[in-house]
Formats: sequence, C-alpha cells, structure tokens
Amino acid sequence: MKKVLMGNHAASWGARLSKVKMIAAYPITPQTHIVEELSEMCGDGSLDAKFLKVESEHSAMASVISSQSTGVRSFTATSANGLALMHELLHWAAGARLPIVMVNVNRALAPGWNIWVDQGDSLSQRDTGWVQLYVEDNQEVLDSVIQGYRIAEQVNLPVMICYDAFILSHTYEPVDIPDQDLVDKWLPGYQPEHYLNPEKPSAFNGLVMPDNYMEIRYKLHMAHERAKSVTNEVGQSFGETFGRYYGAVEAVECDDAEMVIAISSSATSPARLVIRELRDKGMKIGLLKMRMFRPFPTEEVRAVLKGKSKAVVIDRNCSWGKGGIFADEIKGAISNQEDMPAIYSYITGLGGRSITPDLIHEIVTEVESGEPPAELSVWKGLKQ
Amino acid sequence: MINDYPTEELLKSGCLSCQGCGATIVMRHCLKVLGKNTICTIPACCWSIIAGNWPYNTLEVPLIHTAFETAAASASGIRAALDMKGKQDTRVLAFAGDGGTFDIGLQSLSGATERNEDIVYVCYDNEAYMNTGIQRSSATPEKAWTTTTPTSHPKGGPKKNILQILSGHKIPYCATASVAWPEDLMAKVKKAAETKGTAFIHAYSPCPPGWKISSEKSIEIARLAVNTKIFPLYEIFDGEEYRINVEPKGLPVEEYLKRQGRFSHLDKEDVEYIQKRVDYEWKVLLQRSMMEPFHMNM
Repeated sequence: MKKVLMGNHAASWGARLSKVKMIAAYPITPQTHIVEELSEMCGDGSLDAKFLKVESEHSAMASVISSQSTGVRSFTATSANGLALMHELLHWAAGARLPIVMVNVNRALAPGWNIWVDQGDSLSQRDTGWVQLYVEDNQEVLDSVIQGYRIAEQVNLPVMICYDAFILSHTYEPVDIPDQDLVDKWLPGYQPEHYLNPEKPSAFNGLVMPDNYMEIRYKLHMAHERAKSVTNEVGQSFGETFGRYYGAVEAVECDDAEMVIAISSSATSPARLVIRELRDKGMKIGLLKMRMFRPFPTEEVRAVLKGKSKAVVIDRNCSWGKGGIFADEIKGAISNQEDMPAIYSYITGLGGRSITPDLIHEIVTEVESGEPPAELSVWKGLKQ
Repeated sequence: MINDYPTEELLKSGCLSCQGCGATIVMRHCLKVLGKNTICTIPACCWSIIAGNWPYNTLEVPLIHTAFETAAASASGIRAALDMKGKQDTRVLAFAGDGGTFDIGLQSLSGATERNEDIVYVCYDNEAYMNTGIQRSSATPEKAWTTTTPTSHPKGGPKKNILQILSGHKIPYCATASVAWPEDLMAKVKKAAETKGTAFIHAYSPCPPGWKISSEKSIEIARLAVNTKIFPLYEIFDGEEYRINVEPKGLPVEEYLKRQGRFSHLDKEDVEYIQKRVDYEWKVLLQRSMMEPFHMNM
C-alpha cells in the first residue's frame, strides 16, 4: 500500500507495523506528530499498545526501560533537548542491554531556541551505547524502525533512528507501507530470555563490584562489534523480503572514483544529484552515505576510501573545539592504514541552514582545485 | 488489623543492611502482605546495596534497580507491560528512600500519581541521604544535624509534608506508617494493594548510624515519634478524607529529641520551638480529620 506520509508519520507506521506494545513519550517539536499519530492508532484500535503520557522525556525513557525489562516491545521518540534530558537513561538502556527502539528527530540544541535540523543532539549521545542510524528519506524512516527492532533484538542493544527536522519530519513523500503479514513473518514477536518474572525472581541492574564490571562492559562493546555485521545482514534480509536493501553504509559510484563525498541523513539526496552532474561532465567522483554512526562502520569506510586521493566529509554538526564529527570519525577509521585519501572536513547547514546542490558543488570545486585548508574543519556558508 | 501475621518471609537472610535498619523492616512487612506475585523497582537508595550485589538478590520477588529519580516512572512502565501481558493481578511495588521521593524523584512521582497508575509506592523515610553518608534531604526534620547541616547551621525550615503534596493530587490512598506498628503498616500495605490506582505509604524508618542512636533503639524511637505527635499515623482517602489510626500519648517532644545524637546540639529554645510547631501541625491534622469529606456522588 502506498501512502503520502510526512517523515514523522512514517515513523509512527514503523512502530505500528513492528507491533510495539508500550509507548511512552513527551511532546517536543519537531517530533510531536509521531506520538500524536500513535496515540490515534492506540485509540482506534489499529495498534494494540499502551500509551503512557509521561511528564518528561526522562520518565519516558525510564518507563520504556522498565516495560522492556518486563518483556514487552517498547518505543519512544524525542528530539534535541528531550534527548539531552534522557542522557542518563540512555546509558541505562544500553547497559541493561535492552532492545528498545527510539526515533530522534535531529534538531538543534538551545540556546538560542532553534527547532530546525542539526545532528548535534544525537551525535553528542555517541558514547551512551546506542546503535545509531541516520536515514535519508521517509521510506527509509519507516523501513529503519522495523529493521531497528530486528537489529536490537538480535544483539540486545537499543537502537536510535535519526532523521532531519522538517526536511523529513514535516515533509510529505510517497511511502510504501509493507503488508502487516509480511512484517509479522519478518519480525516475530519479542521473546526475551530474561525478564521480570515473579515465577523466576531475579534482580536486574544491581550493584556490580570492580571484579565483574569490566567484563560486563566488554560484552557491551562486543555486542556493538556484532551489530556491524548484523545491521548489514538485516538490511540485506529486509531487501530480500520487501525489495529495498540497506546497509551500514552505501557507496555510490565509488569503484573508479578519485574523490569521494562522505555525507549523512537527508543531505545525501542533494549530494547524489551533484555526483550525477559531475559524472556527466567526466569527473571521477563517488558518494559514501554514512547510515550507521554507532557502531562505527570502520571496515566499510576503509574499503570504500582505499586508493582514493581525496575525501570530502560534509558535517551538519560540530564537536566544539574539534570540528566535524563524521570527519573526525572517518579520520580515526583510516589512521595507520596505507593508501588512504586526504580528508577535507566541512561544517555547514547548522540550525536549519540549507545544504543545497550549489553549496556541495562549491565545496567539491574548492577541494578539487585547492590545497588542503589550514583549518581542521572549514565552516561553509557563513555570512560575511 | 491483620490478625493472622503472615509467616512467609520473602526477604531472605543475608541482606546487607545495618543493624536496626528501619528500611529493612519496612520491606520485610511490605512483602509479607504483597506476596510473591509482585515486581519491585528500587531507585538509588540504601536498598540498592541492601538487596545484594550482582548476581545476588535477597528478595524472593523480581527486582529491577532503576535510576535515582525514576521509581514511579519505572513502576509505571512495569505496570503498562504487565497490563499488556494480561497480568493485571501482578502487583508493582516502587520502594524508594526519602531522597528519591521527596527530592529528586518528586517529578516522576507526581506524574505517575496524576496519571493514577495502579502501583504501590512505599517511601521508607530515614530523614536524610543515608546511603551516601547522612546528607540532608527535604525530609530531614528542622534543626537536625546531618553532614551537610552541621551544628553550626543545622537544617533550616520544616520537613516537607509529602502526604499533603500527594493528597493535592487526589491520590486514591495515602498513609503514614511506622516500623513500631507493624500490624498497622501491613494493614495499610494491604489497603494500598487493593486500591485501584496509585497508593502511597510514607513509612517512618529509623536509621541508627544516621540518627546517632544505638541499633536496638530503632523501634523505641519510632514509637516515641508517634507518641510525641511528631509522626502521627493516619490515612487520607481520595485526597479528602482523613483518618487518624493511633491516638498519641502526647508525650513532650523532648522525650524523642534527647535520645538521638542528631539533636544533641538543641537548646531549650529549640526544643520549645519544635514543641510549638508539632502542636500546631497536630491541630491542623485533627481539624482535617473532623472535616466532612467532599464526595463526588453527593
């Protein structure tokens, strides 16, 4: 069934098709439509779930942690300051190894108040132990929520699906809604091995002394290592069933490319356009879409970039005092490797500023003709 | 009153509490009433330690440790999951200290109470952050010593009245209880469990190291708290109808204060001041208990 859906409603449909049993959420722009729609779905019976209208994002995450621990597939959604308020419990969800799926609509953090796109909110949750996927369009929003549960339940890690405020959240696109029976077969009901069960009483998340803590944390890290291949396997399997294939990264025209643009989220779409135009003019350029950020797809990035002369990384985010975050991660991934390109880091599009094909063209021209810039990350599109 | 004192113990030996710990007595009696078909959630508090470190559990019920400010939100999540699984008969117990209830957890408690979640919330009140080493909370009584309110500037301002805050939410059932009246405590836990919606018990829980009393004095001090009217035992139904459960002997507050190291710096004026405040609060409680309650069906 095809429907014209805004990104937020695509997320709601993803949760509905995944047959989540518990939703807890608190309103924040630009996420609000997701939970409004889910509230409607719970109300009209099309989704058999309990909707907890909590008093804060902190309580939203606290309650889904406990419902998931009681053995029920749980969902929440937030954005920006709401995600920041959850921070303590993001660590808790991952440390407790709970396969919760959350949608985060990427929005700039205050102050000053800004409700528009910026990846700083979720990227600053990098080390909380969540799998993070950055998606490009509304179809991918819906598909990724369903895949999120398959990934999460396979490795016992929480998964965060991130997409851009307004550019996707409030924009309507045609979206194919998969058949529920097909989804049910592909994503069976949640059957945890351990949950809060009066017939088998045990304690969860208790005090761990130094003689055990490190081993438990090593297991968390190893689960992330597994999540890399699992994300690729799940994306492949999803494609075989539903006809749309996904992976940790997507390489476009990279085989013979001399220069590669690495980019994420909705800004990938204008970059695709630029690649096509430049290819038509004979330039050997490719595109690396960074879908997965945690765990970081180190092997995939190395394989794509090996033998290239230049790679441009365009970041809609900044680690203050360091620079573009994807650029920094990519540099880390290729360090100590032979035959790797020079990395050119660009920061642009913060707080809702557009990343247009013209802007990407300008960046490519600059990198193609010029010397590596003195700055670690160049800010592009600043007003004079 | 419960005439048949339940003999089943769901709190096993080997728990890591201090001697004379009131919080442990409260848990023991709560579980005697609630039984095995209960899921317990505990935020950061003394009980994070008492329950035993990984992989042990001193309770014969499933237990989830949760973040400091989240007891009521966690209980709400467990309730939601149980309801979705058709396990309406399984009880949910949030068991938190005064810090996790009066201070950092007040927002999530207010949220859960306003939503009228079907949970039992028990606050064991030892009147300070005891697990971290006796720092003042908003449940610490006026003029008491703690490590953050040394005798040069003891706790200022009265103890927060948590039952007034909850009755302001029109909570179906809330009550005070004391380790010195275990039958009364258990009867209240039973009522709380039978309440459809949120039920809250404020359980007075002496802490020998924090209060500077010897461990065998816990029950004696708890009894004095009631008999001096410092901690009256009462219930509030639907936030409106008050019922006082134990008639205090009306002993002077000095009898309570002089037995505890945390009040040893008080002078005569301090004691008189506390007596006046206690007398006033008791009058307010009496008046409330004599008021004709508002009934929706009238």
